[in-house]
Amino acid sequence: MTNIAEHDKNARHLLMGNEAIARGALEAGVAVAAGYPGTPSSEIIENLARVSGKRDLYVEWSTNEKVAMEVAAAASFAELRSMCVLKQNGVNVASDFFLHLAGSGTRGGMLIIPCEDPGALSSINEGDSRHFSRMLEVPLIEPGDFQEAKDMTKWGFELSEELRCPVMLRSVTRLSHASGNVVFGDLPEVDHKARFQHDGFILDPDTGIVSSAPVDYRHGLQQEKIKKAEEIFETSPFNTYTGPEKPELLVITSSACNLYTREAVLLLGAEDRVGILKLGTTWPLPPKLLEKHLAMTDKIMIVEEVIPFLEENIKILAAELAGSIGAKTFYGKRDGSIPTTNEMNPDLVVAPMAEVLGMAYEGASAEYTEKALPLAFFNAPSRDLTFCPGCPHRASFWNIHHALTLDNRNGFVCGDIGCYSMAILPTGFSTLRTMHAMGSGTGVASGFGQLGRFGMDQPVMAVSGDSTFFHAVLPALVNAVHHKADITLVVLDNSGTAMTGFQSHPGLDTDAQGGDAIKLDIRKICESMGITVRESDPFDFKDTQQQIFELMEIQEGVKVLILKQACALSPEKKHTKKFEMKVVEEACRGENCGCNRLCTRIFRCPGLVWDQEQGISKIDDAICVGCGVCADICPAGAIDRKEVA
Amino acid sequence: MEKQKLKYDPYNLIITGVGGQGNVMASRVLGNMLSKMGYTVTIGETFGASQRGGSVMSHLRISSSDAFSPQIAKGRAHMIIALEPTEAIRVLAQYGNADVKVLCNTRPIYSVGVISGEQNYPSQEDIEKWVNELSAQSWFINATDEAMAKMKNPIFGNIMLLGALAGTNELPLSREGFQETISESMPADKVEINMTAYDSGIGMLG
Repeated sequence: MTNIAEHDKNARHLLMGNEAIARGALEAGVAVAAGYPGTPSSEIIENLARVSGKRDLYVEWSTNEKVAMEVAAAASFAELRSMCVLKQNGVNVASDFFLHLAGSGTRGGMLIIPCEDPGALSSINEGDSRHFSRMLEVPLIEPGDFQEAKDMTKWGFELSEELRCPVMLRSVTRLSHASGNVVFGDLPEVDHKARFQHDGFILDPDTGIVSSAPVDYRHGLQQEKIKKAEEIFETSPFNTYTGPEKPELLVITSSACNLYTREAVLLLGAEDRVGILKLGTTWPLPPKLLEKHLAMTDKIMIVEEVIPFLEENIKILAAELAGSIGAKTFYGKRDGSIPTTNEMNPDLVVAPMAEVLGMAYEGASAEYTEKALPLAFFNAPSRDLTFCPGCPHRASFWNIHHALTLDNRNGFVCGDIGCYSMAILPTGFSTLRTMHAMGSGTGVASGFGQLGRFGMDQPVMAVSGDSTFFHAVLPALVNAVHHKADITLVVLDNSGTAMTGFQSHPGLDTDAQGGDAIKLDIRKICESMGITVRESDPFDFKDTQQQIFELMEIQEGVKVLILKQACALSPEKKHTKKFEMKVVEEACRGENCGCNRLCTRIFRCPGLVWDQEQGISKIDDAICVGCGVCADICPAGAIDRKEVA
Repeated sequence: MEKQKLKYDPYNLIITGVGGQGNVMASRVLGNMLSKMGYTVTIGETFGASQRGGSVMSHLRISSSDAFSPQIAKGRAHMIIALEPTEAIRVLAQYGNADVKVLCNTRPIYSVGVISGEQNYPSQEDIEKWVNELSAQSWFINATDEAMAKMKNPIFGNIMLLGALAGTNELPLSREGFQETISESMPADKVEINMTAYDSGIGMLG
């Protein structure tokens, strides 16, 4: 692994986009970085945390994204460089503070770094935070390759300091989680000194109070900053043009789409016919630069992912500039040339480009594809997402599902974000019936819990992970308690922010930098609110199901069950086997058993497979992690667990 | 170091498998080996939620001069390394062509659909037949079982396949380059076992 804290000037390394961003921040002398884990953003904070001692940084995993942005902003107010890192939906969480921060302005350079997920490769949405830059009136910059991921991060801090406002630097999965060669710049000597000046003239940006009020004055100031950004962007080296002087087609693009567009031009061999204007500064758009390039040709294609943000903003400029640049034909989202959902790739750019140019492009050969596609379709089994072997969630949802089924009042579970979201699928016995944002399970349940007065007589449950509990469940839980909502919340405590790679959270005794932290006890927090709290181990089916029944019996108010069992991938469990598992061949009755293959048809742990030849189940030793749970599901007692000495 | 001319520029290589098989680690080790030799490497990977039992894929673009897109265009792969056999078929359908080569681990990982009985898993003979039909050249090795037998851990299957890749002579890889890369990314006590895995991979190519 490349050490991003080495001085190593001019050395060339293969870096993940997120490592490049972290390096850029170090080269800029960042002092404070805060974020909340979320794919594809998490490695930025992780990398900075790893070198925090060496580079005199304060790095934290904050309780949620709004708090992260507030923590980072404080450093900026104290004249330090700071950054807040989040995934696309994290920007929504932080947006209330972000609106006010845009209004108050900043002091030390401050970057807001959303890493977004077009195509929802690791999300349940493909939110596009670029719109926040226009909505909240803050500048937006977007790296178009890996070197720029580093260089633009460094520049972003300087830009923020010059403008005295937060700057958004946006990345996407195919940059953040892709890797490319990056040449290092130098690292500065760091000697951070923080001081917050607040007793000067109240409107003085350096020494006065920091606030978005008085609004008429500050909002005007903010818009002057955007005007100034526009001027700076006119000559930014991160806006580049490649192609002939008079191209037939001008493509305007940014971010990862820059790489797909370059590739599409090469695939077509159309370097003499197509020009690419790659924009690194995407809000506000620099009008003179756009005017110059739009004047080159009358055919303009705009290549971007998801919603037509660039396209609409460019069209506004083109309308204003119509007198000088003439009428244009646009190819993009509005005319259907470029899709408005899912991520882009070279094929999705090359097809409309070939059409506009009247060129032929044969991607995969038709003859080959006709043979290969049906073979794959009928023979490569689809791989639905599943809980890992040994995952405590499989056991937890087995228990919840059983309890609700036996209760027989058509009860249901409201869910939210974490690995446990997958309980909406058969791997969690399709137990979740609603699923939205972080903490929404409890919020939505709190609402359902009021509907008894309108005749709803179904038991209402919610689930939450331990990190999610602190992130966004707490306010919803307070609401439910205060309004006496009749709900049962099951906290699936697997001892870490497991989905994104075991980042710390307030329920643990270490912080992002590995230092001691105060551990907040979920049970005590709930009890202090007067909630009836029970605890169990989800691997203990009998006790867990008994607890759920008993809690559901209590008619009034909020009940909480904490199910404690560490994630199978957690550092404490990984590579250790508690049990050696074995299917006793003589005891497994196979197809003749009345269970109808309960173990594999329903329980579906990847470590327990069906042996077609023998017609019985068997353990796959390459997959099984020895949690021992399946021994308790076999009605014939044919699955044997032996404690590993 | 003098860079050897690549068979294709860019050389498009896909490593595919199932979440948890060490796909990402294999692509980073290979990428770092080539980057150290002076090649320009771009890697695009799919991980995150897809780690949980889903298909995973890393696209490597290796060039003497330029950086390419982190996604290969359809039908344009030169080499596919499959850590799981049916994933080879799936990737061939999207990125394969008559000239593509395939290096394939033969140990299946059953999807939940297969485990539950909703889908069938094809036989080893059928998979080999189809891969041969869809490629110019192919190699099949049982890396996972060998790793379990020799190293008591199936995860080393990924490094065995990297060793086998070196053995195909498709890319200018060297044992020293692998050792240097692995020494930088692993604790010292893990280097030897990785070297053993790499060497067994070459040996298994037959």
